[in-house]
Formats: sequence, structure tokens, C-alpha cells
Amino acid sequence: MLQINDLHASVEGKKILKGINLEVKAGEVHAIMGPNGSGKSTLASVIAGKEEFEVKKGSLALEGEDLEDLSPEERAHMGVFLSFQYPVEIPGVSVTNFMKTAINESRKAKGLEDMPANQMLKLIREKSELLEIDRKFLSRSLNEGFSGGEKKRNEIFQMAMLEPKLAILDETDSGLDIDALRIVANGVNKLRGKDNAIIVITHYQRLLEYIVPDFVHVLHDGKIVKSGSKNLALELEEKGYDWLKQETVV
Amino acid sequence: MDLKDKLLSSFLAFENNVDLNSPVHDVRSEAIKNFETKGFPSKKEEAWKYTSLNNLQKIDFSVFPKQETVLDYKEIKKYFLHEIDTYKIVFVDGVYSSYLSETTHDGVDVCLMSAALTKPQYRQVIDVYFNKVASKDESLTTLNTAFSREGAFIYIPKNKVPKKPIQILHLATGNEAALMLQPRNLVIAEENAEVQVIERHQSLTGNEVLTNSVTEIFAAQDAIVDYYKVQNDLDTASLIDNTYIAQKDRSVVRVHTFSFGGKLTRNNLNYYQNGERIDSTLKGVTILGDKQHVDHHTLVHHAQPNCESHQDYKGVFGDRSTGVFNGKIIVDKIAQKTNAFQQNNNVIISDKATVNTKPQLEIFADDVKCSHGCTIGQLDEDAMFYLQSRGIPKKEARALLMYAFANNVLESVRIPELKARINALIAKKLGVRVGFEL
Repeated sequence: MLQINDLHASVEGKKILKGINLEVKAGEVHAIMGPNGSGKSTLASVIAGKEEFEVKKGSLALEGEDLEDLSPEERAHMGVFLSFQYPVEIPGVSVTNFMKTAINESRKAKGLEDMPANQMLKLIREKSELLEIDRKFLSRSLNEGFSGGEKKRNEIFQMAMLEPKLAILDETDSGLDIDALRIVANGVNKLRGKDNAIIVITHYQRLLEYIVPDFVHVLHDGKIVKSGSKNLALELEEKGYDWLKQETVV
Repeated sequence: MDLKDKLLSSFLAFENNVDLNSPVHDVRSEAIKNFETKGFPSKKEEAWKYTSLNNLQKIDFSVFPKQETVLDYKEIKKYFLHEIDTYKIVFVDGVYSSYLSETTHDGVDVCLMSAALTKPQYRQVIDVYFNKVASKDESLTTLNTAFSREGAFIYIPKNKVPKKPIQILHLATGNEAALMLQPRNLVIAEENAEVQVIERHQSLTGNEVLTNSVTEIFAAQDAIVDYYKVQNDLDTASLIDNTYIAQKDRSVVRVHTFSFGGKLTRNNLNYYQNGERIDSTLKGVTILGDKQHVDHHTLVHHAQPNCESHQDYKGVFGDRSTGVFNGKIIVDKIAQKTNAFQQNNNVIISDKATVNTKPQLEIFADDVKCSHGCTIGQLDEDAMFYLQSRGIPKKEARALLMYAFANNVLESVRIPELKARINALIAKKLGVRVGFEL
């Protein structure tokens, strides 16, 4: 599904990704771990198409189609979804209205009519129940005054609504208490299927107890320095990242 | 003949049609003298630095319409907030249209300035209020005072609340190649009274219109006045809207100004607080394109302790449009514990649009809270990426963000149908596909 070859990316002239190779197949869940500043969030933003990040070298393709020249919205229409580490607050636009706009714009891009109102409401009800989101919450301004947990739950709600092919969860576990973590993970697991793939970016192993990955990769200084099974995450939890850094130097 | 001379000579003709012996006419005579001395303001004056009236003065405006025009309600229905029942005071080319209006004297007076200025039963009210808060010095205000004869007269006695909101609509039919209008409104809310007013100026054809309007608003103790100004006129219509507000203890006066169109619009909104625990609220949404120009000049004069003022003006400027915000706040030495907030945020969406914004604070008391902030900027990049990453295209994402930005000001609108209307207008102006509820 996602194919990344020798990807180099910079922001404001600073090299952040220095040759990433990664292949994610349909039905798989990959975890990307690594210390702060290793380039995890940059990788997520580059896949989603944030303009400030400049791809210097290498390639990035979804289902064989090169993503490099596509805008963030075009990537979204192809099925890329990024759950933000820091969702942006947008006063004046309610969660419901935002979702309606997003869904109908995606449909428009595919040449479809707007989703009928009753169908939209049904979908919203169904998905908000999945994430245990209160109805009142949906009429609030997007992310404005939301707690950390509410923001993350709202991100996964959006993911559930948009049903992406490739979802990237950027530190979705940060700022979550154990109950919220369980709800979010449960939501993600229900969305797992043989036709879609998920990349979980996290600092800690904790989330991976709930969303069990097929592969774990360790990112350090803009490169994947180690890949393995879910056991690698446990090893990292125990030993930290330093041994890997040393290993790389050696 | 330039416009000033034309107005001065028209005043002589005007005098043939009014009662020269009434005290009101003494006020008019004083006023025309002031205008004669001062003339139209020029760009040399600080208050008119960014708004030029030169081009308007070159137009040969008719000061009095030659003939009356009858309009069918169907033609103009859309300019009313017709979703709800309201009192209506409608003027066609400056002349009252009884056919289109719905006035009342049932416990409250919702009627005409011409009646109030001439009928004996209003004599006392006119003596107490007419031209008492309007400037006797500012030239355009005095020009209006000199020609004051018609407009809306709203008098709400103590403890009364009209059954429904009041709409004032000034229509220009284009019967004259160019028409100058000078409506004069007087709104009085006595102790503990309450009133909601919506005012709109609308030109119906592409002929030039210049309106120089003056509204005086008096809010006695505990009165509540909500005044909504809808400015969405054609690109051949200019408006100078002078509003003077006098407030007494614990009164609340909220003025919302929605500026979405017109060739040149100048709002002079002046609040004078003459009591304690007063709340003055000034809100504005300005969305301009083409070569439209809107200039908001506000003044809040805190003259007594323990009062508040809240100003929030938001603007979105496209094409070659120009915007001005000048917010003056005066806090007298005696006015301790004043809370004065002022905010003016602007988003520029074209390289050719310009905005000049200036807070002007004159604070003579030491125990006050005054905050002010003026910003001019572009849309937040992170917010754009967030919306785009959800599949909302750049253009729509921009529109949605601008919509959200401007829409925030509507929270304090107390007539839900008006709020919905303005909300829809904002969406339309910004090209947002919002079929959604609020």
C-alpha cells in the first residue's frame, strides 16, 4: 500500500529525514518508535503532504501512485489520514459541520453527490458511539477548549468517519489517561481490516499493548535503524534507546 | 457648483417647507452655520486621513427627490428580515412610505421624526433629547442636523418593551441620477425599557447615492438597546453613518455593524457614558472585495466609575478593498475601575487590499483595566494544513477559516433570525458552502 524509498526531507534547510525505507502492506499495522527529535512527526507530516517539508530525494507512493506532487487534500481523497499530535483549535466551526464539509468535499472530488443528511446523521451517531463521544460534544467548536483526551478521541472519530486506507496516528497516546487510551485503541482496532493499514507513531510501548503491531521500526536521526516484531517494542521499553544509538555509531 | 454650495443654497429652499418659528429650526440654523464654516472634512484632518470624500463631492447630487416612487412590497421583501414579525419604518428616496411601513403608538412610539419634530405632544421629548448628544461641531453631523426633518422616531417609555423588533429601511430608487439622503433618527429608551432595532440603507439601481445619516440613542437607567446596522449596499452607494449614544446607570447598549458592501462607508460610532455600571458593546464584521472601502471610527468616553466597554471588530479584505479601524477610548480621571476592551483583527486575502488600524487610548484614571489588540495577518498555516489533510481543498479551507473567524462576532446577536441571515450572508460573501445549522 505505502512504499517509501530512500526518502530525504528537510524543513527550512534543515535535513530531518535522511533516507527512510518503509513498505506497509494492506492489513498491516506498523509502529514507529524513537527518541524525541528522531524525525517521527516529520515522517507523518511528509506522508500527509505538509508544504513546509521539502522532499529532497527518494520517493513516496500510495498504491503505486507517486504522492510527491499531490496536495494534502488530494492525498486525503486517496485515503491518507493523519491523526495529529497537536490537533488545531478552530473556533467557530463545530465538529459536526467540519465532518460534513470534509466528507462532502471528499465525495465531490470523487464525483459523488453530497451525502444525504439522514445518512450523515446516522454515520455520525454510529461513529460517535464507537468512540463514546457525547452528542453535545459534536456541536462544540472544533478542538476549542477540548482536553487532551477529547482532542485525541475526536481525531479517531474523524478517522472513523473518513475510513482511510492508510491512517497515521502521530503520538495519539500522549496526554491520554488509561481509560481514554482504551477507548481510542478500541476505536482504532475496530477500524483495522484487511484492506487498510495503520502506522502508529509513539514514544512508548504502552499504546502497543492495546494496538498490537505487526512490525516495529526504530527511527533515529532520520533513519530507520532497526526493525522487528512487536517484541522489539518491549525490548525498547526495558533498555531505552541508548543501546540503539550506540549500535548505530558502532 | 460644488456640493457644499449646492447644499447651502438648498438650505434656503428647505426653509420654505419647515416651520421657521420652532425651536428645532434654531438648532438647524446654528448647524448650517457650522457646516458653512467647516465644509466637508478633508484628508488633512487626522480623523479623515484614510477616507477621502473628494470624489463624492464632484458628483451632482440632488438634495431633494423631485418625484415620489411607489414600490411594491414584493420587490423589496428581501431587504427586510421578513422571517419574523417586526415594526417597520420605511423611507423611499427619503420620503416616508406608509404603505410599506408598520408603525405603532400602542404603549410605545414607533413612528416618524417629522411627526415628532412638529406635533405638540412630542414637544417636551424633543426639547429634552433632540440634538442633545449629536456633535454640534463635527461638520457632517451638523450638515445632517441642518436638514433634519425625517427619519425614525422611537420612544420606549419606562418599563416598556415593544412587542417586536423594529426595522428601519431606507431605499433609494434611482429616480434621480444621483441622490443625497440625510435621515435623522432618534431612539429613546426610558428607565428599564428595552428595544431592538435593525437599520439598513439600500439602493435599488446603479445610480449614485450618498447618505449622511445621524442617529441619536438615549438609554436611561437599566435600559437595554440593541442596534443592528446592515451595510450591504451596491457599489454606487456611499454611506456616512453617524451614531451618538448617551447612556445612564446600568444601561446596556450594543451596536453591531455588518459591513459587506457599498462604495464608501464611514461609521462614526460614539458612546458617552453618563452613569455607573454601564455596559457599552460595539461589534463589527467587515467583509469587503472589489474596491469597497469601510472606515470604522469608534469612540467610547468613560466619564464615570465602574463601567465597561467591549469592542470587537473583525475584517476580511480581498481584491483592492480598503479598511480602516480607529478606536478611541477616553477614560476620565474620575472613571476609576473602568474595564475597557478593544479588539480589531483583520485578515488580508489579496496583495492589493489594505487595512489601517489604530487604537487610541487616552486614560487619565489610574485604577483601570484597558486592553487592546489590533492584528493584520493571513490565515494560520497549521489550521490550513489540518483542514486540507481532512480532504477540504485549499480554497474551501480558506473560506471556512475566514467564515469561522468572522462568524465569532455574531454570538452576541440577540435576534436568532437575524443571526442566521447574517451568518448566511457571511458564508455567501466568502464562498463557503454551508448548508449547516448554527
